[in-house]
Formats: sequence, C-alpha cells, structure tokens
Amino acid sequence: MEADAAKLIGAGIACVGMGGAGVGLGTLFGHFLSGALRNPSAADGQFGRLIFGFAVTEALGIFSLLIALLLLFAV
Amino acid sequence: MANDPIHQFQITKLIPLEVGGVDLSFTNSALFMTLTVALTAGFLILSTNGRGLIPGRLQSISEMCFEFVANLLRDSAGSEGMKFFPMVFSLFMFILVSNLFGMFPYFFTVMTHIIITAAFAIMVIGTVIIYGLMKNGFGFFKLFVPQGVPGVLVPVIVFIEVLSFVSRPISLSVRLFANMLAGHITLKVFAGFAVSMIGAFGAGGFALAILPIAFTVALTALEFLVAFLQAYVFAILTCMYLNDAIHPSH
Repeated sequence: MEADAAKLIGAGIACVGMGGAGVGLGTLFGHFLSGALRNPSAADGQFGRLIFGFAVTEALGIFSLLIALLLLFAV
Repeated sequence: MANDPIHQFQITKLIPLEVGGVDLSFTNSALFMTLTVALTAGFLILSTNGRGLIPGRLQSISEMCFEFVANLLRDSAGSEGMKFFPMVFSLFMFILVSNLFGMFPYFFTVMTHIIITAAFAIMVIGTVIIYGLMKNGFGFFKLFVPQGVPGVLVPVIVFIEVLSFVSRPISLSVRLFANMLAGHITLKVFAGFAVSMIGAFGAGGFALAILPIAFTVALTALEFLVAFLQAYVFAILTCMYLNDAIHPSH
C-alpha cells in the first residue's frame, strides 16, 4: 500500500476515538440536565464542575483529532 | 503549500544569538511570551494603581481576576493553599492571555508547543512533590494508599494510584497543548476550504464559500471559549494537585 493512502486511512481511524468523547459529553450534559431539572436551585453551584468535566472529557476527543491532524499534515 | 495549516506554528528566529554552543535566539515564541507578560503585568499594575475603595472599570476587571482565582484555590485546596496563590494566579493569567493573544490572525500561539506546556506541568508537579515531602515527610506517600481499602486490594490500588500520579504531568501538558493546536489547525483547515471552493468552482465558488466562512466564525467563538476553559482547567487541576500535597490522606 502506498504510504499516503495508509496515512489517510490512519487519520480516518484515529477520528473514531472522537466518538467516545461524544458519548462521554452526552452522558455528562444529560446527567447534569436531569439533575438540574430535579433540583434547579443546586444547579448553578455545580456549573464549575460541569465545565471541568466537559474540558477533561473533551480533551480525550481532541487527542484523537490531534493524531488525525498530525497524520494528515505533519507526518 | 500556500495554506498549509501547520505553517502557523513554525518558530522563526528574530534575533539570532548563540552563547557557548547553546542556541539562545530570540524567537517569535519568545516575543509573544514577552508581550503576554508585559501586557498582563502592565494591565494589573496600572489598573490597581489608584487603589480606589470603589473600584473603577479597569480595577474591577483586575479584582474579578483576583477573586476568581482566589475562590478557585480556596474551594479546592482550603485556606492553607492560599500560600500558592501567586503561582496559580501567574499560571492562570499567563495561559489565559497568551491563548487569547493567539486568537488574533497572524499571531503566534505560545501554548501550541508542547515544550512550553510540559515545562509548566513539570513545574506544578515538582512543586507538589517537593512541598508534599517537605510538609508531610513520608506521610506524603499516604496519597497512594486510600483509607479503608481491604488488605488484599492494597497492591493493586497502590499500583493504580502511582500510575495515575505519574500520568498527571503528561495529561496536564498534553491537554493544553493538544486543545490549542487542534483548535488552531481546525480554524485554518476550514478557512482553507473557502479558498479551495473558489479555486474549484470559480465565480460560483464565492457563493459556496460562505458556508465554510460561517463555520470559521462559529469555530472562532468556540476557540475563545476553549482559550478560557483550558486556562481554567489548568488552574483548577493545579489547585487539586496542590491539595494532594497539603492534605495527602484521602
């Protein structure tokens, strides 16, 4: 197989990892919303934790995007 | 390639300088770090110069920054952690301002180089280890043995805890670096789509190019959020790790 083709296929496979981050973010915001609707007065106090969880989860998706971008442009 | 998305991260030497075989050139990265420090320090010093009891607009901004980081540190590391306030505040402001600086077109984003973020992460973890050992002595190693774990599980738990501690500097540095790098590459790639649309479809491409340009605008807004969020996450993780050094037993 040509090296260029392998690079593109690898970049495509690397993007699959972003799906995991998508599942994680959905779980995170879904649970936050269901908790917030049960007890709206406590929701504002947890906003910092929500954003923290968002950043930590999203970072994993960004890692796989980074691998894909590096394969496309840097390697 | 005219619109190579990696090109924006290239380090160029502005003032070549070599001392004893070590390359000490003043690069564009150094220029933007200097600008960041000058802007941050200048703003904070000038805005709090009046020391008004009723703060003006600029003084309110500085006080908001101060209060924001102080609350962050007090909430996660307790009032004992406040002795680390200068470190956490400098880290937060430096990362925030250099990330926001990077949002200007043709500006260099300092945090897109892993050597910078890794240096910060090593500094934070080094502080945690040194301060933890100085304050608690061997009690610091209680960090790796949570209380109330059945005896059989202790080796496994210790292994996992050590592994998570060792991976902290890596995740701390790679998170910041990868977020900034990926965001800026994505912006450049979508802006490049507009150019290639016009190249491919000629005059009709101008109408189609609106789509990627609109997407770029939306992404720019997201990037501003990420620029703040990553500085916030770096600061809050620093606070949590410092909390481990101050109160090692779980």
